[in-house]
Amino acid sequence: MSGAILTRANAPALRPAAARRPVWRRVNNALRRAYMPLFILAVWQACSFAGLTSVQNFPPPSAIASSFWELLTTGQLIGNILVSLTRVCFGLGIGVAAGTLLALISGLSRIGEDAVDSTVQMVRTLPHLALIPLMIMWFGIGETPKITLIALGSMFPIYLNLFAGIRGADRKLREAAGTLGLSRFETVLNVVLPAALPNFLVGLRQAFGIAWITLVVAEQINANAGIGYMVMNARDFLRTDIIFVGLAMYALLGLGTDQTVRFLEKHLLAWRPQFLSEGAQR
Amino acid sequence: MNMITAITSDPAETLERGVAVSVRGLTRSFGGPNVLDHVTFDIAQGEFVALLGRSGSGKSTLLRTLAGLDAAPAATLAVPSARAVVFQEPRLLPWKRVWKNVALGLRGAEAKERAFAALAEVELSHRVAAWPLTLSGGEAQRAALARALVREPELLLLDEPFAALDALTRLRMQNLVAALWQAHRPAVLLVTHDVDEALLLADRVMVLQDGGIAVDVTVPLDRPRRHADAAFNRLRTSLLAALGVH
Repeated sequence: MSGAILTRANAPALRPAAARRPVWRRVNNALRRAYMPLFILAVWQACSFAGLTSVQNFPPPSAIASSFWELLTTGQLIGNILVSLTRVCFGLGIGVAAGTLLALISGLSRIGEDAVDSTVQMVRTLPHLALIPLMIMWFGIGETPKITLIALGSMFPIYLNLFAGIRGADRKLREAAGTLGLSRFETVLNVVLPAALPNFLVGLRQAFGIAWITLVVAEQINANAGIGYMVMNARDFLRTDIIFVGLAMYALLGLGTDQTVRFLEKHLLAWRPQFLSEGAQR
Repeated sequence: MNMITAITSDPAETLERGVAVSVRGLTRSFGGPNVLDHVTFDIAQGEFVALLGRSGSGKSTLLRTLAGLDAAPAATLAVPSARAVVFQEPRLLPWKRVWKNVALGLRGAEAKERAFAALAEVELSHRVAAWPLTLSGGEAQRAALARALVREPELLLLDEPFAALDALTRLRMQNLVAALWQAHRPAVLLVTHDVDEALLLADRVMVLQDGGIAVDVTVPLDRPRRHADAAFNRLRTSLLAALGVH
């Protein structure tokens, strides 16, 4: 460098110039991460077109898109997605509620911990998907075994994370709250639970993931509606394209729930430095 | 609270005598030798007392006992119920905006107005709605001071509240505390390891050593005080000597 010093005179001139980047450049920045997936799709399509891959086993993106459109216009897709979403919502709702309740009991009192924690920790070691045969014996093949499985699977991440969050709440802050004359209940409400909220949201993210996995497995056994049913049905009719549509739907729903948790984090944890630096300061 | 035993049978009598804090034969230990060994002293109402001591001398233990944070089973001490503590760290709840931190635990409809007034007093009116993690160290500590003052304490306990601040901020904070004390006149116990700070602010300086009050001197200097003063320097030398620094 030849001693170029940023003076008061030329420094402000630099910033507006950076903000006024050409439009194509900004579009380019937004799309940069999309180039590679688009390229892969193009190669896939080309291979299929050239006869390099079996259309039966590996249908080209264009065929998958047209089956998607067909399933969408006949209303089949929406109906099945709604069935699957309902299962996840109910299962997750019950699982999150149960996990939260158990974590509160066990996190907020020693007696509660003695009563709850060891049992939950023992049950947790059992892979919940191993219970499918038992569930079918107990509840038949209706919605109950599917929702129960999802609830069971999503309960544990909520419990574990929330419990850790409650116990990890900063002792110094609890102490300060005590000097301010807050009752125990007020301290829990104002200090302990907000401190545990980030952990809860981590648990929620994991619970969503487990709920989708459980749904996939549960729906492929003895279902007469839902994305899993659609996929298994397609297998029987050798409709690989529909199977791909089903997989894409699972991916999209998973992405959607991830965005939901991100949204929750951004609003509920607006006080955190990483969100403050994003300009969420109101 | 159960750990506070009145010295006199009638607590009102203690107040009549103009005493805010009475400690008689307070002994504390954590399994080893006594950290506090039969400590006895009074703090008058509206009196500013600084407590000096080397690290590990038990000065924080004494403050925590007065704050009711540590139980003192065998102690005989009387403290007002209206107490407030400012710690070395601000200890603001990061998920509550500044004014809500100040208003925390206040009862009544005018809690918000009182919080705003207290924040104005510490010159933080422009930051009332900020998130605590966006405050500078000095601002956060001023918010903590506002949170203590808004409770109108009869006893204000300051546990090395300026120790984590830079030198210039510390000077401003010391002046602020002096002004607030003159305006509200709570009894103050300031725990510090800074002899100059003690002499700048306090009516009386105590030195805690080997579990007991080794030195208890009044500071007969006019306010505002200046470091350059000859009497100031003499007191500093003698206090430093008491702390083992020559």
